[in-house]
Amino acid sequence: MRSGKPDLSVSTNLQRTMGHLKGVILVGGPSVGTRFRPLSMDIPKPLFPIAGVPMVHHHVTALAKLKDMKEIIILGFFEQGVLDRFLLEVQIEFSHINIRYLREYQALGTGGGLYHFRDEILKGNPDHVFVLNADIASSFPLESMLAFHRQRKAVSTLLGIRIDRAQVHKYGCVVANPDTQEVLHFVEKPETFISDLISCGIYLFNKEIFNVMKEAIAKRQAKAIEAGEEEESSRGSNSEKVALEQDVLSLLTADKKLYAYVCHPARDFWMQIKTGSSAIPANKLYLQWFIKNAPRRLSMAPRASVDVVDSPIDENAAEVIQPAYIHPTAIIHPSAKLGPNVSIGPRVVIGRGVRIRDSIILDNVEIKNDSCVLNAVIGWDSKIGSWSRVEGAPGESSHHNATVKGQKIPSAAILGKNVTVADEIAIRNCIVLPHKELKSSQHNEIVM
Amino acid sequence: MKALILVGGFGTRLRPLTLTLPKPLVEFANRPMILHQIEALVKVGVTDVVLAVNYRPEIMANFMKKYEEEYNIRIHFSVENEPLDTAGPLALAKDILGKDDTPFFVLNSDVICDFPFEELASFHKGHGGEGTIFVTRVDEPSKYGVVVNKPESTVIERFVEKPQIFVSNKINAGIYIFNPSVLDRIQPVPTSMEKVIFPALAAESQLHAMELPGFWMDVGQPRDFLTGTGLYLTSLSRKNPSSLASGSNFTGHNLVHPTAKIGENCKIGPNVVIGPGVVIGDGVRLSRTVVLEGSTIKSHAWVQSTIVGWHSTVGQWARLEGTTVLGDDVHIKDEVYVNGGCVLPHKSVSNNITEPSIIM
Repeated sequence: MRSGKPDLSVSTNLQRTMGHLKGVILVGGPSVGTRFRPLSMDIPKPLFPIAGVPMVHHHVTALAKLKDMKEIIILGFFEQGVLDRFLLEVQIEFSHINIRYLREYQALGTGGGLYHFRDEILKGNPDHVFVLNADIASSFPLESMLAFHRQRKAVSTLLGIRIDRAQVHKYGCVVANPDTQEVLHFVEKPETFISDLISCGIYLFNKEIFNVMKEAIAKRQAKAIEAGEEEESSRGSNSEKVALEQDVLSLLTADKKLYAYVCHPARDFWMQIKTGSSAIPANKLYLQWFIKNAPRRLSMAPRASVDVVDSPIDENAAEVIQPAYIHPTAIIHPSAKLGPNVSIGPRVVIGRGVRIRDSIILDNVEIKNDSCVLNAVIGWDSKIGSWSRVEGAPGESSHHNATVKGQKIPSAAILGKNVTVADEIAIRNCIVLPHKELKSSQHNEIVM
Repeated sequence: MKALILVGGFGTRLRPLTLTLPKPLVEFANRPMILHQIEALVKVGVTDVVLAVNYRPEIMANFMKKYEEEYNIRIHFSVENEPLDTAGPLALAKDILGKDDTPFFVLNSDVICDFPFEELASFHKGHGGEGTIFVTRVDEPSKYGVVVNKPESTVIERFVEKPQIFVSNKINAGIYIFNPSVLDRIQPVPTSMEKVIFPALAAESQLHAMELPGFWMDVGQPRDFLTGTGLYLTSLSRKNPSSLASGSNFTGHNLVHPTAKIGENCKIGPNVVIGPGVVIGDGVRLSRTVVLEGSTIKSHAWVQSTIVGWHSTVGQWARLEGTTVLGDDVHIKDEVYVNGGCVLPHKSVSNNITEPSIIM
């Protein structure tokens, strides 16, 4: 029943002592991730910088760290050119691993793309394949997950995390045997409480998974025919459509082929990056995690400017409360105060007496004197005037559901590309679309 | 000459400031409000000032003592056992106000203007009627009681309360002069000057109106207190420009106490008053704001349309606006935003106040 072409020589299989690994990152395409607007209007969402690097760079780094990793496949339906520069950069950074992009020409669902490219994925006969969704931020405990998977001799393992009961209804819910961690039940977004363990969208599969997928596709087609949708299902293009979560995981669960490796409550972190405002807590989580796990990825403030080059750096560098990432080309006035949880992009200019906390400042932004930026994303090329305040509500995306007159109130402060904020005004809890000029204070608005 | 100042009650409209000091002692342009009035009265030769109060006046009495000596006047406290409204207190102070034949002044303690008492007195003597009231022009007379003169005359014909159709834009400015004969018309019971005594005088053509030259403001509540401060500073810029602050930190008219300290790269003004011992950090932006004695505004804060009460602190990168009033000893933490917050004394504010609200 193997779906891939049997092109592997037996000798290769016998030579290896420990099986090799592949990683697949599911990045989606331009039509998904609309909730990430306006930040996804000027860059593909997976490339949005978080903690100083593109969102999926964290995934690539985590995969590349694994000893037996041979190839990382980025799978999605973005146009080829869009990801070229990123691919080149990570290929240079992780030169020992083959990194390539496979483009789906139709959205085949989270599982369909994998199944479609099964031959590519199985090329070289990897023992295990990691599958990572792009729109998450995590400590990616892949090594522990792999050890767990190997120990259990599992067909498939998902990464799970325990979260607050009140939030579980938004995720795929998992019930696992507390002794064996075998998954007993999986249900996507349950209305009633089932378990506080959820699926993180990170999976580890053996090649056997593609047989299960085939079965899932057949089931789905049968269902469609039963429901009188023969016409559609008979179209070849849609026949491979399958959702990894709903279709495949439930089948694996029924066959007792799925295990859950649970994130360590203290060491690990995980969150979804769906809305634009979730970039802020994601940035914070990565930076906080770097303190212990990758301190070299954090930055001190760069030397202020050319006129103080004669002075020692510490006396003329801005105060930075760690963790923070500051691109080396950013110019920061020594009287500014940055951090914690701040990422500053390339060519940013931060003026006298500026305060920035819990924020992402993208490339080429200018922030003038005595301004204050809190819980905000400031888009590329934006300009913030003197004594201005750009502020979002603190906390995570759980407060998102507040509405006024049926409209959602933004709880974040997100400025799209090339937004200008006048002197002395306050922009609070606003989402501002690109190329706007704000001349008066705004609160709780989406500014078109 | 003699004068009566209607001080009245607890000044609840100016809370939380009046939780700490009686309203007449709250500093307006770095000087207790009542001293603006008393000094102006002393200048025209008033020697007896009656303060009509309806609460225990100990704090004020102690405070006023040194000014009795300084100005060589007598300050009498007339304490009402029950509130006597706006005319009743005159009857209670009859012995002082009526001790001789000279006219006496009556003024509302909330009013700030140039206090041209000299002009009022000579106008009053000129027409020979029993009383004269200062009137001032307003943009929206429908919110007030307006004064209607007889044609081509200073004699008041009638008063119209909150007129829906335009009849006049002149309103009672709360400053009057009366002959002692007016005292015969008032009993020491709750009586309204505006609703009872004035109409009676007008009916006999005994009441005249004089237009108040210069600015006028009832500063009995925070928003008007700030507006009045701006008007006062503008007036000061004409009368005594050297008393205003100058330098690269300043824009517009501002008053800064000599003991206050101001940091670098600030932008202060217009219409800012900074009290004694106040410390302003670097890169602070203040406009339309009053900072009372002993307070600290830390670096990079932005403060607009705010009264910062005594011995309070405003943290770094805090933003205060929307007629925010901080009581005595209030502390706004760094980076906090306050919009229209009314903060009672001895509170510490560490979370944003995004909509106008009272912090108990």
